[in-house]
Parts: sequence; C-alpha cells; structure tokens
Amino acid sequence: MKNLLSAGDLDRNQTISILDLAHEMDEVNDREIKKLPTLRGKTVVNLFFEDSTRTRISFELAAKRLSADVISFSAKGSSNSKGESLKDTAQTLEAMGADVIVLRHSASGSAHQLATSGWVKSSVINAGDGTHEHPTQALLDAMTIRQSMHADPRGCDLAGIRVLIVGDIAHSRVARSNLILLRLLGAIVGICGPATITPKSLIEDGHSFSLLDEALEEFEPDVVMMLRVQQERMSSSFFPTEREYSKFWGLNHVRLAKLSPNAIILHPGPMNRGLEIDAAAADSDRSRVLNQVKNGISIRMAVLFSILTGEKGKSA
Amino acid sequence: MNILLQNATDLKGDTVEVVIDNGKIASTTNAGTDYEVLDCSGLHVLPGFVDLHTHLREPGFEQSETILTGSRSAAAGGYTAVHAMANTFPVADTAGVVDQIWNLGIEAGLVHVQPVGAITVGLKGEQLAEIGAMAESKARVSIFSDDGNCLADSLLMRRALEYVKSFDGVIAQHAQDPRLTINAQMNESVISAELGLAGWPAVAEESIIARDIMLTEHVGSRLHVCHVSTAGSVELIRQAKQRGVSVSAEVTPHHLMLTEDLVSDYNPLFKVNPPLRSSKDVMALRAGLIDGTIDAIATDHAPHPKESKDSEWAAASFGMLGLETAFAVALEVLVLSGKSSLERLAEVMSIRPAQIGGLVQHGRYLDAGSAANLTLANLEEKWVAVPESFSRSQNNPFVGHKFTGRVIHTIFDGSFSYRDKEIVQRGTHG
Repeated sequence: MKNLLSAGDLDRNQTISILDLAHEMDEVNDREIKKLPTLRGKTVVNLFFEDSTRTRISFELAAKRLSADVISFSAKGSSNSKGESLKDTAQTLEAMGADVIVLRHSASGSAHQLATSGWVKSSVINAGDGTHEHPTQALLDAMTIRQSMHADPRGCDLAGIRVLIVGDIAHSRVARSNLILLRLLGAIVGICGPATITPKSLIEDGHSFSLLDEALEEFEPDVVMMLRVQQERMSSSFFPTEREYSKFWGLNHVRLAKLSPNAIILHPGPMNRGLEIDAAAADSDRSRVLNQVKNGISIRMAVLFSILTGEKGKSA
Repeated sequence: MNILLQNATDLKGDTVEVVIDNGKIASTTNAGTDYEVLDCSGLHVLPGFVDLHTHLREPGFEQSETILTGSRSAAAGGYTAVHAMANTFPVADTAGVVDQIWNLGIEAGLVHVQPVGAITVGLKGEQLAEIGAMAESKARVSIFSDDGNCLADSLLMRRALEYVKSFDGVIAQHAQDPRLTINAQMNESVISAELGLAGWPAVAEESIIARDIMLTEHVGSRLHVCHVSTAGSVELIRQAKQRGVSVSAEVTPHHLMLTEDLVSDYNPLFKVNPPLRSSKDVMALRAGLIDGTIDAIATDHAPHPKESKDSEWAAASFGMLGLETAFAVALEVLVLSGKSSLERLAEVMSIRPAQIGGLVQHGRYLDAGSAANLTLANLEEKWVAVPESFSRSQNNPFVGHKFTGRVIHTIFDGSFSYRDKEIVQRGTHG
C-alpha cells in the first residue's frame, strides 16, 4: 500500500488485514512499555492545514509508538494568493526527508492531488480532506464495531450489522468514508438527517430516513453513529435552531431506551452535548466513544506500518 | 492586397474561385490586376469565425494572455473577430478602457477585437456603467455583459435591458444565481455528493434565464444568454423563441464535448464556470445547437497561468482555453457526427455571432463587396491537441484529444493573418 487517500482504495481483504493488524497493535497499547522499534529511522510528517488536535495527536502517538520520527506542521491558508500553497509546503517537508505525509486540508480532493500530481514522492495518508473523506476514521469505526460484535474479532467482517449514520451527511467526510468501508465489510448502512444535509444519492432506496424516531423503529440499528453538528450549518439555514435539531435528530434518553439491547453508540468527536447527543446517551454503557479514540491510535499504527514497511505481516 | 483562391470547396461542396480585390470579395477577377494565386485544393472556404465570448485578459492580467497573444490564438483558430470580455483590470466599464482595448486590437492587427462593455460599474451589480458613452465611443460597443458575475438584481437587470435599447445594444447575461451557488465547485449531482465538492445546481442557471426572458419580454429588449450549460436552459430558450422573445444564446465547445465525470480525479484543468454537466445536458445542448435554439458556439476562452491550476481543486481558477480547438469541436459535433451540416457550422461559428454582435463586415462569406474575412480549413486533417499553443496559457482541456479538421489559413480584412499554420505578423507589432 503506497497511499491511503480514500476508503475506496482498500479491498475487503486489505481492510480485514489492517483491522487485524490494528488488533495486534492494540495489545501493544495495553502494555506498560507502549513502544515497538518497527519504524525506527522513518519520518512521518503531519501536515495540517486545518485545526484538528485530536486527529493530529492520534497520528503523532501512533508514529511514536512505532519509533518513527514525527513532526507536526500546522499551516494556515489554502489558496495561492494568501498563505502557503499545498504544493510548496509539501515539497519543502519532503525535501527535509519525510517518508509519509499525513494531510489534513479543507479542500476536498487535496490528498488525492498531493499524491497524484507529481508534486511529491512520499506516501500520503488522507487525514480528512474537506467534505470528502477521512479513511482512518472509518477504519477505527469499523474496528470499534467489530470489537463490540465479536468476542474474537480477528478475521471477521461486519456482515449483516445494521449501522445508522445520523446528522450532516452532506458535509461529513466521516460519513462518506464510512459509507464506503462499512458496506465493503458487509454492513447494512442507513442514513438519517434533515433533507437539506442528507444527499439521497449516496445510499440505496429505503435506507434513507427523515426523522430519527422513524429510523430507529424501521431500521433497528445495531450501531448508531452520531455526527457532529457544525455551528455554521445553522447560520446557513440547513436547519432552523439547535433546539429543533435536537428535538428531531438528537440522541436523547428517550431514544436511547428504544435501542435494541446490544446496540452501541459511536461519535467521531468532539461531541456537542445537548445538541446531537445528550449526557444520558454520551455517558451510557452503550457509548463506545472512548474505545474509538483508543482504537484510532491502533488503526493509525497499522496504517503507518502497512505503508512504511510495504507489507501487512506481523508487527511484533 | 489582391488574392485569388483557386480550387477551394464552398459550404455546398462546389469548387469555387474566390477573388479578393483590394481587401474585398469580388465576383470576378479584374483584367490588368496582379493577384497572388493560392491553390486551395483539398480546403474548404468558410466565413471567418466570430467569437462572442473571449477573455483576452488585457489590461490587468497579462501573465495569462494579452490582446496580441490572444489575437494570435484567435487567428490560428480561424477567427476573424473576437468579443473581448469586460472583466479586465481596470474593468471595461468606461469609454476610455474600451477604446484602449480597441486600439490594442488594431495594433495587433490579426483579428477584429470588439470590446464588450460592462453593464455595471466594476462588474459589481450596483450601478449602471456608462453604456451610452461606450456605445458612442470609437469601439462602438453593442454587447454589454458583467460576465464572470451574474447581474442578479432584478431591478437593475430590468433597467439595463430598457436602457440599452436607446443604443441598439444587447445585454449578455452570465446566468448564475449567486445565492444558489455559494462556493460552488462543480455540477450538483451524484458525483459532487461522492467527491464532497459543493454543487452548482442546474436550477441556479435556469431560474435566472427564466426571469431574464420574462423581463426581456416585459420591456421589449434584447437578451443574449452566455454559455448555456443545461438541458433545462435549452428548453426555456426554445419556448421563449417560439413566443417571439428576442433572445439569443451561445454554448461553449467544452459544454458540447466534456462531462462532469472528468472531475473525478480533482484535476483543476476541468474546473470551469458554468461547470461541466451530465451527458444528458451535452445531448440537449447539441440538439439545441442543431435545431436553432442555440445561435452560436462561443469559446469562453479563459486563459490562466499554470500556478492558478497547479493547486488543490477549491483554490484553482475557473476556466479553459478554447480558441484553437473550437472549430474541430464544431466539426465533430455538427458535421462528422452526421447530424447537421457545414452550413450550420458556418452559421453558429460566424454568421449568427456576427449578427448578434452587429459586426457588419463579418459573417458575410462570399458576398461581393464585403470585406474578405475567411477561413480555409482541411476537414480531414487529423491532429492531437498539445499544451503548447499560440495562447500564453496552457489550460487546454482537450490536450491529448484526437481531432479531425484543422484551420490552415485565415484571411482577416483581405490579407492573411494565418497562413500554412503560421501567424503572419502584421500591425505595428511587425
């Protein structure tokens, strides 16, 4: 694997290998000495044109636990006229010896362009490009679901598991990558949210729901994935108020009680408590939010390992 | 200059001898006059092309194109007249600026450069520009457009349509509802949803065209619709023409050939406004061009320097080159497809745009006494588009495309501007 630009770059077997590798990495993360020598001498550059402390720290820790050298570079601006251009910044960092560039950028397609325009020779990992994709998030979500559904998850896929994604699908890179990856693994995915931010074209007929109550009753999800509501969506009239959003699409204690006994709750974070999710749901034993955070490190270790060693073999 | 073109084939397929006497088309040779004789066996003679929509970028953006380099590109594409869009810096919104463009066109001397005037001051859509002064200037501006921006304000659009009547002008609208296309990057579709790029919906174009047709009908003026790109727009214009509304329309070569699928690689070469649409739209545009709903092919030639396209999609500029490939596109769509004729090609590439722009010396073909503005083309020559051309920029979306049909000579105002695929330097640029 040279790059990871889209969840669509992976086939089923590759995905399961990465999940299995992450499962092994997870054990490393539970040890007292949380470090492997595998990537000693390799340089990982986190190139972040958008603020995202969580994702950046997760990649940093993943690289460090594999003994790679890691630097994080926060760049501002994304146009040619103001700030630094993506091309120049990436070339500068590559000239300093980057083996892999982890890119977060506000422009959809930026990771694809960085990897395919001949600008750099390094590997590129997409850590979120605009409203397009965030493939490591989908991998960590798949890992979290698999862990919850199988006592020994190794080698398993997600066949038949019903996942409901709720919220701003249109502007969500998390939703796009999950739609690709979860379905690749055999999950049945439904979407739910205000019609203004729920593009029906992304999903087959019958799996798109207007209201959350209707979705919970008809779709009977095993997994409810709540997306973060961005404040600016409200000012652009995608929906009227926080109160109204929370009334129709918020996961609250009433809806929590409607979930099937083994259903779990995911959220990519950071949560808007009281908006898309209330405290009862966020803090319930169904919530897997912190498992997602922990798995994020293991997944990123597995991805860095696969890219930098060019194989998917044993880690330890 | 006296030229005798022998053995050329005309639009009907007959072999003709074309006499150019002192720059004008003559019916017969004059005894006692010397003619430069050119054997045009294997070449078709066409009326010199007229582009209604060209961005020559001068003044202000000379790193992309100048009036001289754009004129060369036009001559090489078989054009004898181009309409220079007003979105320069300074904007062509006063008699002073349009006359400057006019003079630079004459200095280049390769093609008639007809300035388009801005409708509103600075293209801002707030206050009418001095339309009368531009109409009365040396440049005799008759097409007014805020192209690049839509004149969205309904009241101002109504006033512009009414005011321009006093000067026998036409308002050329860039139809794009600004609110429906905030930050829009590509056609709104399944593909835009998958790529995570903000959509530019067809309705943003169609709702403005529908409104403008009604305003034009209400005040009894003339409307020209720039770069029509959707099936719904074609239908609106078709219905308006049936009702007798004075509306004309143009389509670009790229909207006749390319579809939104090309965006999938995020290559900003394919970023253009209005955006590339679906194949259904392409089919409707072709049908509209053939049945007369759409009057003209206009290039929307929009040069950009490399750095404006060598970036992430969202930061890249909108626009594509068009002057040197338009004829081959027109030939493919109208003639080689077997769906229309070379006569129709002459109408949409020359005769109608000359009428819309009020250029009486263009689109006249072989009318005795008219200025000789002609294009000679080999309809069978095969060639492949490359990035290098006569334009100063290289943002050609057709690079690598295999074309059939090529312009060989262009005659502007009675003498060669392009001969054997080489620019003939004229004017004060030597």
